[in-house]
Amino acid sequence: MIELRNLSKTFPTEEGLFTALDQVNLTIRDGDIYGIIGMSGAGKSTLVRCINLLERPTEGQVLIDGEDLMSLSPAALREKRRKISMIFQQFNLLMQRTCLDNICFPMEIAGVPKAKARQRAKELLEVVGLPDKAEAYPAMLSGGQKQRVAIARALASDPQVLLCDEATSALDPTTTRSILRLIQDINRRLGITVIVITHEMAVVEEICSHVAILDHGHVMETGTVEEVFSNPKTEAGRKLVYPDETPQEASGQGRMVRIVFKGGSSQQPLIASLAIDCGVKASILRANTKTINGQAFGTMLIGLPEDEEQVGRAMAYLNSQPNLTVEEETGNAE
Amino acid sequence: MLNEWMQNPEVIRLLQLNSDGLLFAIWETLYVTIISTLFAYVIGLPLGVLAVVGEENGVLPLPKWLMAVMNTVINILRSVPFLILMVVVIPLSRLILQTSIGTNATIVPLIVAAFPFVARLVEASLREIDSGVIEAAQSMGCSPFQIITKVILPESRPSLISGLTTAFITILSYGAMAGAIGGGGLGSMALNLGYQRRMNIILWVSVVVLVILVQIFQSIGTRAAVRTDKRIRSQADKKKARDRHKKNVRQQRRFPGAM
Ligand SMILES: Nc1ncnc2c1ncn2[C@@H]1O[C@H](COP(=O)(O)OP(=O)(O)OP(=O)(O)O)[C@@H](O)[C@H]1O
Ligand SMILES: [Mg+2]
Repeated sequence: MIELRNLSKTFPTEEGLFTALDQVNLTIRDGDIYGIIGMSGAGKSTLVRCINLLERPTEGQVLIDGEDLMSLSPAALREKRRKISMIFQQFNLLMQRTCLDNICFPMEIAGVPKAKARQRAKELLEVVGLPDKAEAYPAMLSGGQKQRVAIARALASDPQVLLCDEATSALDPTTTRSILRLIQDINRRLGITVIVITHEMAVVEEICSHVAILDHGHVMETGTVEEVFSNPKTEAGRKLVYPDETPQEASGQGRMVRIVFKGGSSQQPLIASLAIDCGVKASILRANTKTINGQAFGTMLIGLPEDEEQVGRAMAYLNSQPNLTVEEETGNAE
Repeated sequence: MLNEWMQNPEVIRLLQLNSDGLLFAIWETLYVTIISTLFAYVIGLPLGVLAVVGEENGVLPLPKWLMAVMNTVINILRSVPFLILMVVVIPLSRLILQTSIGTNATIVPLIVAAFPFVARLVEASLREIDSGVIEAAQSMGCSPFQIITKVILPESRPSLISGLTTAFITILSYGAMAGAIGGGGLGSMALNLGYQRRMNIILWVSVVVLVILVQIFQSIGTRAAVRTDKRIRSQADKKKARDRHKKNVRQQRRFPGAM
């Protein structure tokens, strides 16, 4: 289990101290794939770098299985880091070494005998699906292949934790998917805890079980992906989950109602039912539904006529439906 | 015609195989250059590494005062003109070698002039490394020493070879000035026979041979730098790397004065 307790990080800058992380508290259970999502500059990289102390927090604790990393000696910390692997947006492979030697590298520094290391590296190349690239140099590989080698390298030290800082941000959507599949597969097969840093919703939806929303150095929301994404409670959360949403100009429309789908089917002919069963003509102002882990989530913003009585009927109908919540929006949502 | 040439006393002298001839002068020049380069790297390489890793946010931060002292010494030594330096280090040569003239004595000022130059060349090469790679190594639990020997130095190998080429041909041309303090080699041949005794053929032959030597080592260096660079994928990359190397060598060489 990874626990971050009251973690703060300030950087001295020309204009004084800059607070990149402010009193962050997070608990990540073993075997989870935990997403940390936020806009650019939110402090995601700083946060993940605090977990292996590449960045030393100014305040607070980093506990791994109850052990405070901050209290370790430099040598003990290096030992510990071998169990916390990291992959990067820019892959950061050694360009003057072959792929096989790149994968051998963590074992080399840990003192694993060379023959054994090469054997293991070959197995790992199989795991990531690049058995024929052993003797190739990283410059010859595509971005996706480089990330696969980086993943193999990260696995070479038998880590308990895999930190992924924007590991797919330099890749195209198809390659991103295949890399995410690989990470998910590794998580399931080896039980490695994975922390995924990203600014993309899609990445979190694709593989994460839990998510934390980070904004300006603060953790705004945490929970399961379903909870957080189906009904983001904070401004920062909404901006991430519904990036295209702009404040509604409710011209002519009387009332606006936000319907939040929480699993089940969002394809329900809800608007039609409203018209037929309740005689209320509703218009869809905006819909944004997604399928997460096989269930439908998302929101729909509908407009209802001004008539109080009709609104009452519509609300009663909506409230009676399972798997959704309804809230009335005031004129200016944002 | 050829006979006439062969009768020329200057040509006869050049063709001698003993210590008066051209062959011996070439040998002396190479000997001085190789030994000086070797020692310049023995001192300059660690200094160049420390200049990079010892910085505040480097992998092995050193005390600020130590970095300041190191940089100041390097800067001062680099700004002393070589001719002056040769004279100034005479006592040092005497101390180390028991003599202050002759071929071996020219090696001492060459090393003193070249090691700060080498330190800066090495420093420039190491700074080209992507900081992400070093960070990755740190995240894997590398010690600072492992990062230096297994990441920083191997990753900058092509650039270091470029620098070595620059250092070698710079030391070669500076060594030519050593004729002034009684050292041997092509420079002394050009200066003491060619110029002072007005032996024009010897003057020109030794100058041309010096230029050819520089060209040979430059192209060996380019080849080695390009061949060992594993970032190269295609012919186009290769040409680019070759041009980059040549440009580096050209820019980093100084007009004879201080290295
Ligand atoms: N070494 C540093 N010195 C000063 N400020 C820093 C330093 N590192 C990060 N910051 C600042 O901290 C904030 C958070 O940076 P961080 O790299 O963690 O953001 P991020 O969420 O990873 O963003 P991105 O998605 O762009 O990578 C930024 O405003 C950045 O300018
Ligand atoms: Mg980042």
